[in-house]
Amino acid sequence: MSDVSPRSKRLTEDEAVATLADGMTVGIGGWGSRRKPMSVVRAILRTDLADLTVVSYGGADVGLLCAAGKVRKLVYGFVSLDSIALEPHFRAARQNGTIAEVVEYDEGMLQWGLYAASLRLPFLPTRAGLGSDVVKNSPDLRTVTSPYADGEELLAVPALSLDAAFVHLNRADERGNAQFLGPDLYFDDLFLAAAAPPRRFVSVEKIVPTSELLENASFHTMKVNRSMVDGVIEAPNGAHFTNCQPDYERDEVFQKEYAKAAVDPDTWAAFVATYLSGSEADYQQAVQNR
Amino acid sequence: MTDATPGTTTGATPGASTATLAEICVVALADAFAGDGEIFASGMGTIPMLGARLARATTEPDLLISDGEAFFVANDLAIGSTDKDIEGWVPFRSVFDLLWGGRRHVIMGASQIDAFGNQNIANIGPWAKPKAQLLGVRGGPGNTINHATTYFVPKHSDRVFVEKVDTVSGVGYDRAAELGDWVKAHHDIRRVVTNLAVLDFASPDHRMRLASVHPGVSVDDVVAATGFALVVDRDVPTTRLPTVEELRILREVLDPKGYREKELPS
Repeated sequence: MSDVSPRSKRLTEDEAVATLADGMTVGIGGWGSRRKPMSVVRAILRTDLADLTVVSYGGADVGLLCAAGKVRKLVYGFVSLDSIALEPHFRAARQNGTIAEVVEYDEGMLQWGLYAASLRLPFLPTRAGLGSDVVKNSPDLRTVTSPYADGEELLAVPALSLDAAFVHLNRADERGNAQFLGPDLYFDDLFLAAAAPPRRFVSVEKIVPTSELLENASFHTMKVNRSMVDGVIEAPNGAHFTNCQPDYERDEVFQKEYAKAAVDPDTWAAFVATYLSGSEADYQQAVQNR
Repeated sequence: MTDATPGTTTGATPGASTATLAEICVVALADAFAGDGEIFASGMGTIPMLGARLARATTEPDLLISDGEAFFVANDLAIGSTDKDIEGWVPFRSVFDLLWGGRRHVIMGASQIDAFGNQNIANIGPWAKPKAQLLGVRGGPGNTINHATTYFVPKHSDRVFVEKVDTVSGVGYDRAAELGDWVKAHHDIRRVVTNLAVLDFASPDHRMRLASVHPGVSVDDVVAATGFALVVDRDVPTTRLPTVEELRILREVLDPKGYREKELPS
């Protein structure tokens, strides 16, 4: 028996974010306003990181990073707050032309790009996107001709390789075996798989001993194993104000406050002063104090 | 299904003649699923969801209906209800798989749509710096090229029905025709249902055709509210009214709280 004990990958949001550098490509898991790694996004807001490329099925993660001027390039299939259809900061950034490079894909194309990266393939073929203005608006996209008898021309979605990935799940052990307990993993496993070590991070509501992961859940919830993860962050209420089922639902009242504040520079400055000017603990306290 | 003739019932039973505009639209959307069989009937928004659910509750019992989240539900789920009889799990990845496999028919909205059914939900104004950023293309490109699509437009106007859309999200017939035999065989825009009319693409070159006008709406009303030349046949029928049974299912089972009227007031 070796006496080397298993390596703990536990770290904080600030430690994880400190591994990022200007200009990196960062993938963010979740979907719209659902199970977003918001405590990590808030940690990025506390840094002077700049010129990031952000890849996301976007919600307030994209909105906040755009509002803070962190985004040079944005790759998305949509940006929405779900119960509020349009994301105000994202809209403003697009309408003011403040995002230098915009890549707008069909939702399935984004999955395909992440999947290609995770399989270390240069591209994956699809029909999704053909005939639409996705092809016109991303002129670097190429097609590929089927080498078989059909000879069909297909869109070649290039691999979306990430320098870093952040996802928020429900539970994990400190080695990085992570678990989703809600109805949908979304594409979180692909975000992790599309990213290069050592910047594949999972934040969770609670870090538990490995043996506890299956006490109240089926093994089908174990889609993220520790070979896919470099760092585990314990972040209770870390997805707030997005949902993290079954631990909590979206904070619709807070989301409304966010969306309302976002439309005007003065009200937004007040929102930032109240909620986004301190640590994560300060944020959670301010949310409690409402 | 057996039913009274529309508009002929008397007495206390809610009759078809009492149908609201929202209910007429739901039924017109439900009819779009005719013959679809065992596929996922998906609707974005209250009235589109009701269209899919009504179709399964009446003429297309094999359709699969989702809760709008990650599950197929076997029961006639009311809008806003969480009382689900789950019959399947469909997280987003499974939705993408089955839609690329063609086993789906979706009803989407359209911020703009042109004469050949090119749809825009992405932005208004130039894409590079839009006047109004909307949702992005979302699943429009992949949906329209892989399976049947229907559109619902609650406010028919020449701001929506335009000569040229600002960004093509969902692919129309003219563009699909340039994409080869496979796409031509699978691209299928069934109809466009609006607050004024039902439109389809049953014309020789798949230009949008006025299929029917809703009760009280004239052909001229629709032509005036459309920013391109529609194909208009000599005789344009009136959109059918809901049957008594359809109204009962809508009002008592699928939408007892009346969310449909909030999405499209009469």
